[in-house]
Amino acid sequence: MSVIFSKTSGLTETATHYCPGCTHGIAHRLVAEVLEELGLLGETIGCASVGCSILSYNYLNVDMIECSHGRAPAVATGIKRTVPEKTVFTYQGDGDLASIGTAEIVHAAHRGENITVIFVNNAIYGMTGGQMAPTTLAGQKTTTAPEGRQPEFSGLPLKMSEMLAQVPSASYVERVSLHHPKYIRKAKKAVLRAFTCQMEHRGFSLVELLSTCPTGWGLDPIDSLEWLEANMIPYYPLGVFRAPEEV
Amino acid sequence: MKGNEALALAAIHGGCTHFFGYPITPQNEIPEFLARELPKAGGLFLQAESEIAAVNMLYGAAAAGARAMISSSSPGLALMQEGISMLAATEIPCVIVNVMRGGPGLGGIQPAQSDYFQMTRGGGNGDYRIISLAPATLQESAEMMQEAFALAQKYRTPVFIVSDGMLGQMMEPVELNKSRSKERVAEQPWILTGHHNNRSPRTIKSLRLDPAELEIHNLRLQEKYKRISQAEVRFEAYREVDAELLFCAFGSTARIVKNSVDDLHQKGYRAGLIRPQTLWPFPALAFRSLPKSCRSVICVEMNCGQMLDDVKLAVEGRVPVHFYGRCGGMIPEPEELTARALDILSGDSQ
Ligand SMILES: Cc1ncc(C[n+]2csc(CCOP(=O)(O)OP(=O)(O)O)c2C)c(N)n1
Ligand code: SF4
Repeated sequence: MSVIFSKTSGLTETATHYCPGCTHGIAHRLVAEVLEELGLLGETIGCASVGCSILSYNYLNVDMIECSHGRAPAVATGIKRTVPEKTVFTYQGDGDLASIGTAEIVHAAHRGENITVIFVNNAIYGMTGGQMAPTTLAGQKTTTAPEGRQPEFSGLPLKMSEMLAQVPSASYVERVSLHHPKYIRKAKKAVLRAFTCQMEHRGFSLVELLSTCPTGWGLDPIDSLEWLEANMIPYYPLGVFRAPEEV
Repeated sequence: MKGNEALALAAIHGGCTHFFGYPITPQNEIPEFLARELPKAGGLFLQAESEIAAVNMLYGAAAAGARAMISSSSPGLALMQEGISMLAATEIPCVIVNVMRGGPGLGGIQPAQSDYFQMTRGGGNGDYRIISLAPATLQESAEMMQEAFALAQKYRTPVFIVSDGMLGQMMEPVELNKSRSKERVAEQPWILTGHHNNRSPRTIKSLRLDPAELEIHNLRLQEKYKRISQAEVRFEAYREVDAELLFCAFGSTARIVKNSVDDLHQKGYRAGLIRPQTLWPFPALAFRSLPKSCRSVICVEMNCGQMLDDVKLAVEGRVPVHFYGRCGGMIPEPEELTARALDILSGDSQ
C-alpha cells in the first residue's frame, strides 16, 4: 500500500490544547508542512506570541521563543539581526498583532525586516474569553461588546493587511482563509511564498489567515466556518496586497 | 571623553556585538557613538521604534547568542520594565544602561538618582532581582561596563549599569582594558540556533501555568539571587574606620560627599563614607559591623529618599539614620552636606 498522506515532521507528537473546530491547528500544520518541504525545520527560529497560540512551541518542531504580548516582531528582529542565515517567523493573533502590537508590526515592516509573519485573524480575543478585538466585525457580539460592536462607538474593524501593504518597505502581504479545504490549499501556497520570500532575502512577508474561534464566537465548528465565509470574507477580501515582482 | 562615550567604548571592548536604542536625553551619546563605532568593530547598531521594541530586540538578539545591550534614561527604563521582567524570567544574559534623569513623569533632563527603586526593586512584575552596578567615576563606568557582560554570562541574568546625567556628561581621562574584546559567547545549551535536525527543539519561555512548576522555577531563581548576593556585593569604604558620622551615597553623589567628608576632617570632625558599588545586591554588611565610633548615619541621594530604605534595613535601628536629598535635577553642594553633617554632629538633627 502506498502512503498518500502522513503527518508532517514539522509537528511534534504533543496533542494540541485548541478547542474543537479551532483553525489554529490548521495554521500550525501549514507552517510545519512548508518548513518541512523547504528543508528548514532545523534552521528555523519561531516567535510565539501571547494568545491561544502561546503554547505553539509545544507543537512546532523548531526552536522557539515566547514573546510578551504584541512584541514578537521586535523579538524576531533581534534574532534575525543576530543570525540572518536562520529562518525567523512570528505567529500572532489579531489581539496581539492588531491591537497591543501595532507599533512593533508596523516598524518591522517599515524596516523591511527579513522575517515572516503568520497572522491568525479570528476577529476576537480567544484566550482571554472572547473580548472585542480591533478586528471584530461591526455588529459582532463579544463579551466586551455585548450588544455587538458599534462602529460609531468603537470604530470600524482594522484591515491590517491593507494597512501593512502600504508600508514602503513591506515585501509580501497576502490574506487567505482557512474555512474550506480549497482555501486551505491556497493558504498553504501563501505561507510557502512568504517563507520563500525570506529565503530570497526579499524582506518583510506576512500572511493573514482568516480563522475561526468557535468558542469565542459561541458557534459550533461547522457554523463557524459558514460564519467566516459569510461575514469575514466580504469585509476582509482575500488576495495579494503586496508582492515583490517575481514572486 | 564624555562619560556616555566612555561607557559606549568600554561596551565595544567588553565584547558587545549588538546594540538597540531609542533617543532620550541625557544618554544620546551612547547610541550615537555606537552607531558610528560598533559597525566598525563588526557589530550591529539598530535604532528601535520605542524602548519597548528595543528591550524586545535585545531579548531576541541575546536569545540567539549575541552579546547585546541597550541604553536609555529614566522614562525609557520605565517602558522597558515588562521586557526586563521577561529577561529575568527567561534568564537571558544582557546589559542595560540607565543614565538617570529627574522624574516622575517626564520630569527633567538634569541628573537625578530617583530610579533607585526602579533599578533595585524590579519595576516589572514578579519576583526577580537584577544586578545593579553603580559607578562613580568614568574609569569605574568603563570597568563596570566590561565586567557587566561577564557577570551577565556568569549568572545568566540581565545586568544594569546605573549612571546619571552628571556622570554621562562629564569629562575625565579613562584607561581602557582592551584585552577582553575578542571573547566570543560560547555555545550554550539554551541559545536558539535551530536544531539542525540533530537535537530536540529548544524553547525559551516564561509561561508556567502549573503553579507547582512556576514555584519551582521561581525558587531556583531565588537560589541564584542568593548566590549573587553572597558573591557579588561591592562597596567602597572611605575614612570609615573611626567615623562618628557615616555617610552613605552612590554614583555621582558619592563624589560630592567625599569632598564634604574631607572638609569635615579639616574642621576636626570624623566623617566617613560607604559607597555602594552594587545597588543590588546592596552592601548591607558594610552597616552590620559599624565602627564603634559611629553615632549616626546619613544617606545622601539625588532623590527624595530611596536607598534610605536599604540603609535603614541594614542599620537595623542601631544608630539613627538621617537623610539629605536634592531632587528634580538639583545637585547638592559639598557645603550643604557639611552644614547638615554639623547639625547632626552637634545633636541638632532636626
Ligand atoms: C501585557 C498583557 N496584556 C494582556 C494579556 C492578556 N492576554 C492574554 S491572551 C490575550 C489576547 C490574545 O488574543 P489574540 O491575539 O486575538 O489571540 P487568540 O487567543 O484569539 O488566538 C490577552 C489580552 C497579557 N498576557 N499580557
Ligand atoms: S478560544 Fe478560540 S482561538 Fe482559542 S483555542 Fe479556542 S477556538 Fe481556538
